[in-house]
Amino acid sequence: MKYFLSEEELMVKELAHRIAEEKIIPVRQKYDEEEIFPHDIVKIMAESDLFRVFIPEEYGGLGAKIFPMVLAVEELSWGCGGIALAYAGTALGAFPIILFGSEEQKSKYLPKIAEGTLAAFALTEAEAGSDAANIKTRAEKDGDYYILNGTKQFITNAGEADIYTVIALTDPNKGARGATAFILEKGMEGLEFGKKENKMGIRASVTREVIMKNVRVHKSQVLGKEGRGFIVAMKTFDHTRPGVAAQALGIAQAALDAAVKYANQRYQFGKPIASFQAIQHMIADMGTKVEATRALIYSVARAIDAGFTSPKESAMTKVFASDVAMEVTTNAVQIFGGYGYMKEYPVEKMMRDAKITQIYEGTNQILRNVIASRIIKEAK
Amino acid sequence: MNIFVCIKQVPNTAKVKWDLERGTLIREGVESICNPFDLHAIEEALRVKERTGKGKVLVLTMGPPQAEEVLKEAISLGAEDGILISDRAFAGADTLATSYTLSKAIEKIGNPWIIFTGKQAIDGDTAQVGPELAAMLKIPQVTYVRKIVEINENNAVMERLTDYGYDVVETSLPAVLTVVKEINEPRLPSLRGKMKARTFKPVVFTPRDLDVDESRIGLQGSPTSVKKVFQPEMKKGGEKFEGSAEELALILVEKLKELRVI
Ligand SMILES: Cc1cc2nc3c(=O)[nH]c(=O)nc-3n(C[C@H](O)[C@H](O)[C@H](O)COP(=O)(O)OP(=O)(O)OC[C@H]3O[C@@H](n4cnc5c(N)ncnc54)[C@H](O)[C@@H]3O)c2cc1C
Repeated sequence: MKYFLSEEELMVKELAHRIAEEKIIPVRQKYDEEEIFPHDIVKIMAESDLFRVFIPEEYGGLGAKIFPMVLAVEELSWGCGGIALAYAGTALGAFPIILFGSEEQKSKYLPKIAEGTLAAFALTEAEAGSDAANIKTRAEKDGDYYILNGTKQFITNAGEADIYTVIALTDPNKGARGATAFILEKGMEGLEFGKKENKMGIRASVTREVIMKNVRVHKSQVLGKEGRGFIVAMKTFDHTRPGVAAQALGIAQAALDAAVKYANQRYQFGKPIASFQAIQHMIADMGTKVEATRALIYSVARAIDAGFTSPKESAMTKVFASDVAMEVTTNAVQIFGGYGYMKEYPVEKMMRDAKITQIYEGTNQILRNVIASRIIKEAK
Repeated sequence: MNIFVCIKQVPNTAKVKWDLERGTLIREGVESICNPFDLHAIEEALRVKERTGKGKVLVLTMGPPQAEEVLKEAISLGAEDGILISDRAFAGADTLATSYTLSKAIEKIGNPWIIFTGKQAIDGDTAQVGPELAAMLKIPQVTYVRKIVEINENNAVMERLTDYGYDVVETSLPAVLTVVKEINEPRLPSLRGKMKARTFKPVVFTPRDLDVDESRIGLQGSPTSVKKVFQPEMKKGGEKFEGSAEELALILVEKLKELRVI
């Protein structure tokens, strides 16, 4: 299918594809099995300017666009969903600054991210997953400073990133309206990281706790205004959910590619299994769904770049793409039969990697709530 | 100080087929690529610049107008400028005429610090242009460089790959260095490099721009003529036997008897 990408968009897609093919695929199995964080690949992505595509030009970027970011995430995830997350997670950590940062904050942090310094976004806590408003992390005012205390859980890139956007309560009595976003830096006194989580999939990505023990943060590190923490978080997700969707899409495309190749090579009953209609129909459905996913993500990403953002459509990309990725990777394993269940073949990893896309940045249940409430409201 | 890199556009020989009757390559429809060894030369030039903070990386190629593509590739990797030596009069050049022409272009631009080339081009496989270029420019040459150990404005110490290991060689600069693929892993292009390459137009040198003796360029200046091109017969793969040591020993004895070796 032709999407009439601009020359620059094509460049991003082709370059990210090349990185996936030449640098990521040869190491993905090892990095998955040994849980190796891909600093070496991050360096290659940075030298290729991939981090610049979502950063504004004034800060060393190439235009603060969602669409090329989505193209890069798709292609990198086609190589490995876990390795790609070092990149996508950094975009998640960067968007609060891009969208809400002061001039000073932007010029301090964005040029670094453009060059490949990793970032992270910390909202989730043990008692606040889907119920994000239930966070307990406190930020108490002390003159020109805030004192942060609390523990964030399941934070992507934690420990490896240098820049953190953290949501904490400045006024616990106000509930969701009492939350504020802060920029923290690795190395600040009292900012610590928990042990690396041992995960089902995306094992080349790191997930750790972010632990704050009396971290003193100057008020110049507040993102947006005090009390606007959840607005920062939600607007950020509107921009980054298509990125998670693109991760799912890349994984699904990789599983489809692998399944088709295998179906042509594997002989049973004296014929390639691709000649059996049962297999063909699976392939037809997989291909159709992958293409529908791509069309949805690309059009939403383009709409966002043109100035239209909507929680509904962004949520739709993530829900649809992640459900497709789960289905397509599961069916890819099915097409591989017993071999698909073995680690020598890449599809079992894709199935494990796909699962997370239905869970993070809002579970698909929660996002269906978001989508439904908007649709129902629009109809009234 | 200029770091020159002489590169060549070649057919992707991995994909070339032979016209067995005529003994020539079937070039139609085969994509052109930058000679793979030259990518290592470009990479090393960029690394020397990054490591010393000195020099300007200039890529040079002689070829038809479409050879511009390899210069663009070099620009996308980080080379600062590219020069295309292109004219009908240069066509049909052998290694002697090529190195003569390249030497004239380098003399014209001037101020060489290092001249890199790949160890050979994968189409002709002669490995002659580098050494000839050094002779024409009357400067030292180090071939098959696999590592630059030390480098400053006037000297370089390097390792050159040999059949038995490696030699450590010191040379004064400027010099011609031809590199092997073991020297580095070429980088991927950057987006900013690709954008620069998109609008890049090389300086084009014709015989009139260079102070050349017309009898020494192109076909006229090429004493080499190819007598015959043929495909050597492929060695047939051996026969493979499996079994226990005793069984294999028996098979082996039988075979040796068959061949009247024993
Ligand atoms: C690998 C990984 C990386 C992550 N990275 C980050 C990160 O970088 N930053 C960050 O802040 N967080 C991150 N998270 C956290 C992630 O966003 C949360 O795990 C997710 O939002 C779900 O929260 P929970 O795990 O507490 O599940 P729960 O909220 O406990 O949900 C459990 C189940 O109940 C369902 N459920 C809950 N409430 C409702 C409801 N009202 N209606 C219907 N169903 C409901 C959920 O859909 C789910 O199926 C990460 C998580 C993982 C696993």
